[in-house]
Amino acid sequence: MRLRAENLTLAYDRRVVARDLGVQIADGSFTVIVGPNACGKSTLLKALARVLRPQAGTVYLDGAAIASLPSRQVAKQLGMLPQSPVVPAGIAVEDLVARGRFAHQRLLRQWSADDEAAVREAMAVTEVSDLADRYVDELSGGQRQRVWLAVALAQQTPILLLDEPTTFLDLAHQFEVLDLCAELHEQGRTVVAVLHDLNQACRYATDLVVMRAGEIVAQGPPAAVMTADLVEHVFGVASQVITDPQTGTPMVVPADRHRRRTPRTAA
Amino acid sequence: MKTITEPTRGRRARQLVLRTPGGALSLRVPARALLVGTTLLLAAVAIAVVNLSSGDFPIPVGDVLRSLVGQGDPGTDFIVHELRLPRALVALLVGAALGASGAVFQGLTRNPLGSPDFVGMTVGAATGALVVILLLDGSGMQVAAGAIAGCVLTSIAIYLLAFRGGTQAFRLILMGVGVSALLEAFNSYLIVKGRLDEALAAQVWLIGSLGGRGWTEVTIVGLTLAVLLPVVLHFGRHLNMLALGDDTATLHGVRVERSRAVLALASVGLAAGATAAAGPIAFVALAAPQLAARLTRSPGPGILPAAGMGAALLAGSDWAAQRVLPDTDIPAGVVTAAIGGLYLTWLLAREWRRGR
Ligand SMILES: Nc1ncnc2c1ncn2[C@@H]1O[C@H](COP(=O)(O)OP(=O)(O)OP(=O)(O)O)[C@@H](O)[C@H]1O
Ligand SMILES: [Mg+2]
Repeated sequence: MRLRAENLTLAYDRRVVARDLGVQIADGSFTVIVGPNACGKSTLLKALARVLRPQAGTVYLDGAAIASLPSRQVAKQLGMLPQSPVVPAGIAVEDLVARGRFAHQRLLRQWSADDEAAVREAMAVTEVSDLADRYVDELSGGQRQRVWLAVALAQQTPILLLDEPTTFLDLAHQFEVLDLCAELHEQGRTVVAVLHDLNQACRYATDLVVMRAGEIVAQGPPAAVMTADLVEHVFGVASQVITDPQTGTPMVVPADRHRRRTPRTAA
Repeated sequence: MKTITEPTRGRRARQLVLRTPGGALSLRVPARALLVGTTLLLAAVAIAVVNLSSGDFPIPVGDVLRSLVGQGDPGTDFIVHELRLPRALVALLVGAALGASGAVFQGLTRNPLGSPDFVGMTVGAATGALVVILLLDGSGMQVAAGAIAGCVLTSIAIYLLAFRGGTQAFRLILMGVGVSALLEAFNSYLIVKGRLDEALAAQVWLIGSLGGRGWTEVTIVGLTLAVLLPVVLHFGRHLNMLALGDDTATLHGVRVERSRAVLALASVGLAAGATAAAGPIAFVALAAPQLAARLTRSPGPGILPAAGMGAALLAGSDWAAQRVLPDTDIPAGVVTAAIGGLYLTWLLAREWRRGR
């Protein structure tokens, strides 16, 4: 396991989000994290990416505590797409994506041929090449989302954490981004993504992590994990789990309005 | 897929890529920033040469240049090297230091008002100098040391006051303005209490004058720049990453707190060295980065263009200070304050109109 965490206590000041949380990210997996709003998915991802320092417990990268590793070295191994990054004013798309190369650059080697190729490729696969000269703060939500994805891809890390990569995207772009993740996964990268669409999660995940109120309540292949009971327990939504006619993966069909009990378990 | 072309705001700055065949050296700089920076630097030097040639004994520019390369006659050499060169160099170097310092600080605070003179660092330097002049009867190098100490101590005080589990730029600026007002009052008190002749000397120092600056001052600000400019240029790339927010910067391998501390200290150091050499020169640190950013059309204040702009502004102000009013050598600080006041009014009016 290149990336794992043990006994994490995650908190913002005194608001504790998770206690004694452990997780293992299988190498080469496409791990998808699902769970209700505010259950701590983004918080966990931030801790794994050493952006949020845990109050207790340790995140390990290649066996070493991630906090003890040189930040730049970590940045070459692990990249992340944040859920809502700060939108800088007056920066053109290509210049922003170019900043994704920071970890690979040196004082005298600020723009190598590799840097240039990585930026071009990241922009091509996220379909933002046409936006190169546009300003990021003048883009639509979906365009911006793909630009940030390009920033993370330009970093060219073997491990990629993506917090809701499909938000803001239309149906076609959602599947394009998911397909892109699947391709990256097939190329041998470890992909961890937070998704809200359970059916997309079941289609793409090799490993599903289900969270609820700061705890991991289930982890495993979607076919083994996704059941009507689990959906009821985690989301408080009655449903039927059938087989996706296209892919054969589990497919959650929420119950009719009158039969869907709604004692929503608040996080 | 069909795309709708939308109008874009201005043209994006073209990037100039420089790469050696082996790839050992590769750079990517905005072409416009490079052009503006170079032009400003040349302009600053040209103004300085004009300053060298004019004065009570006008010397033709050709003779000045000959003297500078060591081929002048003794009379010209004396005037140029001993009387005028230190002053011209102090103007250039202090302007560059202030411009660079302002660019870094505005980049860190992401606020055009976040500049060393606005948040009270230069007032702190003045307090340090006044304490040395009026309370300790010091002069020369001692005053410079006092100014540097005052600047650094004030900066630390502002930082500690504004610090509450991480610093927010806005709180830092407000705290700085508050501290600055306090110190201003204290400075006035010191002057009122001081002996008349000392108070006069203190007052002259306070306005920020380039008159009577010698090689000592050139050394002070020259050393400051030699040490700190490479530091801020190296960490300038971190500044670009910090502009994306702490989380994103961390993700890409920036040690946020360390980079910020180094940049802030270097910025304080540049302002301190400049103030120690020339007294508190108003508004250059505030205006130079913004003016340079307008010219380069870049989102952040670039450090080198800001330094060039600062040097040109101060050399120009010194020229105006000596020439505008006949028979009086008004301190350059007065001119920069006047220009800066106009600039600030314009800036606020523009922001206000845009805000409506
Ligand atoms: N910066 C913050 N400061 C304080 N509390 C926070 C912060 N960010 C998140 N929280 C709180 O931590 C808890 C977990 O938030 P988190 O962002 O991890 O949820 P999430 O599972 O990603 O939810 P969503 O599906 O809405 O993105 C929530 O109660 C939230 O209010
Ligand atoms: Mg989230």
